[in-house]
Amino acid sequence: MSLDDQPIKRPFRWHIVVFLAPAFFVYTAFMIVPLFGTLQLSLFRRVDQQSVYVGLDNFRMLFGDPRWSVNFWNALWNNVWFFIIHMLVQNPIGVLLAALLSSPKLRFRAFYRTAIFIPTILSFVIVGFVWKLILSPLWGVAPNLLDLVGLKSLFTPWLGKEEYALTTLSLISVWQFVGIPMMLIYAALLSIPDEVIEAAECDGITGLSQFWKIKLPLILPSIGIISILTFVGNFNAFDLIYTAQGALAGPNFSTDILGTFLYRAFFGFQLQLGDPNMGAAIATMMFFIILAGVCVYLFTIQTRLRRYQF
Amino acid sequence: MQTRLLTALLLGSTVLGSAGAAFAQDKTLTIESWRNDDLAIWQEKLIPAFEKANPGIKVVFAPSAPTEYNAALNAKLDAGSAGDLITCRPFDASLDLYTKGHLADLTSLPGMENFSDVAKSAWQTDDGKATFCVPMASVIHGFIYNKEAFDKLGITPPATEADFFAALDKIKADGTYIPMAMGTKDLWEAATMGYQNIGPNYWKGEEGRVALIKGEQKLTDPQWVEPYATLAKWKDYLGDGFEAQTYPDSQNLFTLGRAAIYPAGSWEISGFNTQAQFKMGAFAPPVKNAGDTCYISDHTDIAVGLNAKSPNADAAKTFLSWVASPEFATIYANALPGFFSLNNAPVKMEDPLAQEFVSWRDKCKPTIRSTYQILSRGTPNLENETWVESANVINGTDTPQVAGEKLQKGLDAWYKPAK
Repeated sequence: MSLDDQPIKRPFRWHIVVFLAPAFFVYTAFMIVPLFGTLQLSLFRRVDQQSVYVGLDNFRMLFGDPRWSVNFWNALWNNVWFFIIHMLVQNPIGVLLAALLSSPKLRFRAFYRTAIFIPTILSFVIVGFVWKLILSPLWGVAPNLLDLVGLKSLFTPWLGKEEYALTTLSLISVWQFVGIPMMLIYAALLSIPDEVIEAAECDGITGLSQFWKIKLPLILPSIGIISILTFVGNFNAFDLIYTAQGALAGPNFSTDILGTFLYRAFFGFQLQLGDPNMGAAIATMMFFIILAGVCVYLFTIQTRLRRYQF
Repeated sequence: MQTRLLTALLLGSTVLGSAGAAFAQDKTLTIESWRNDDLAIWQEKLIPAFEKANPGIKVVFAPSAPTEYNAALNAKLDAGSAGDLITCRPFDASLDLYTKGHLADLTSLPGMENFSDVAKSAWQTDDGKATFCVPMASVIHGFIYNKEAFDKLGITPPATEADFFAALDKIKADGTYIPMAMGTKDLWEAATMGYQNIGPNYWKGEEGRVALIKGEQKLTDPQWVEPYATLAKWKDYLGDGFEAQTYPDSQNLFTLGRAAIYPAGSWEISGFNTQAQFKMGAFAPPVKNAGDTCYISDHTDIAVGLNAKSPNADAAKTFLSWVASPEFATIYANALPGFFSLNNAPVKMEDPLAQEFVSWRDKCKPTIRSTYQILSRGTPNLENETWVESANVINGTDTPQVAGEKLQKGLDAWYKPAK
């Protein structure tokens, strides 16, 4: 008699359920439920102390009523600019730093790596405050340093000028977070096998062209991941603007991004009373913008990235 | 996500906070407040004085950061974990709490008769029938100056606008001092210390403020635009890089003796007294022509109310009646020079600077900030817009006319004055 005839009866693997349960419940309680709570909140409005279902009326107001839409589009554009600066400055510098770090001739590598990464672990409040002091026209070191090299005329109160404030803040944020793309790219560069590099060298590809032709294509998936992390981080940003410029994101709303706009709408500010329903509508839009961005990445970019198996 | 996390943290901390208080044997009253600067004064002066007179009632003063107070308080009230006594912001923030049933009606509280109708106006329903907070203090706007600088340059406190700008020119020409310590980075300095400070002289205090609410005047009228034109002239007398100068920067510039004039609110007095090493004086906002009636902003700023769900309502009412008494007014006004009692009983104050400020009440007509009552109820919020536009006018981003038009357009978008 052979056992093969009988289907093998495996006991139900309870341990999988048990091990998954805590993560599942915590994630549901703290992410999924609040997310749907927010979506639901955005469909209601308070009228005479009563929550009334108004369908998409809050969104119609957000886009159609100039009292809200002007601020919304302003915040959205500022947010896009914030993201553009990060993509144009933070990520190329991150790649460059990683390439320099992985160069075999470099000494004190561990020191540079740590020093560049440290700002990332600092609190936003500290970063905002320190940079506010550095750039302060009264007590800051920036005017003095520029004076030392004879460029005092270049100094302006950047954080107080409408045309510079947002770019300045973006660059502060870049300074803080440049360590993250650096680390990820650095790890990706280290994982390129030596055989590939050696083969390239045998074919006479060295130096810069080796970086462009061999290494860069191999780290493209990492760059993709970094881009999407930057995108999500930027469109969720709030802390730095709030600590450096306050909730009104001055001057003249020039540094207002979706996060600060949401904060004012949801919690209110000074005499402005909080409106949780409009706040939720803005939060919902932020969610959809981020969702759309991530989908574009997942379905168009990531599927085209070629993966190399070694 | 951040907002949710914040709410969760706030809720968590309040539950823990109130759990500790529940075990005390005496009745313990907790005061919610944004005045964390006043912690020492409450603990060392006010609370001991009250507890001595009322054995069996303990009072805990539990302040939070000013910018977080409104949000934190609303979250606590909704969760039912707020303290027994609620420090009231003026006007709509508190009115909203009252209509939601978070604040109890105190109209018949013993001691309420000690306050005038104007003093109570910030904490009443629109029809004035119900009062829900006991007024504590008001703040007065004006200018504080460095007496040593004025003496050295031979300047006397200016009474008219021409004098004022002549003085500024003189300080600027001398070059030792920055003529005026103010920045536009935090926006509210420009609006509160600038526009609301000098404005009442133009719109004739209450007359203009009430007319604006009734819709008889508009923010584009000359009396509302002119203060902006004057503010625009301030630009030349502010320090280098004033666009990025924050409120603490301005305070430090003045108390370090680097600036001669500081557009002020009287709440600065106690801080300046400890910080500044030189003699200070104060002058009221200058009038246009010598002999004009002067108007000052004597703004009802702070009051205290009763949490409607407080389990210790009787003890809390005892406390509130004490807050309404002349005894409290005297201790408070002297412990916090610059916060002037709204009590009808005359209060004797020791601080010379505070005396100077309060003396204007006798010769000038008081009003409150124009944007606070009713007009900041809608979207866009007139107070916030005034912050932004005042800073814009000083920065040169907008002309005074454009600022007035923008504000009126924002107001027209939602405000229909009752005719």
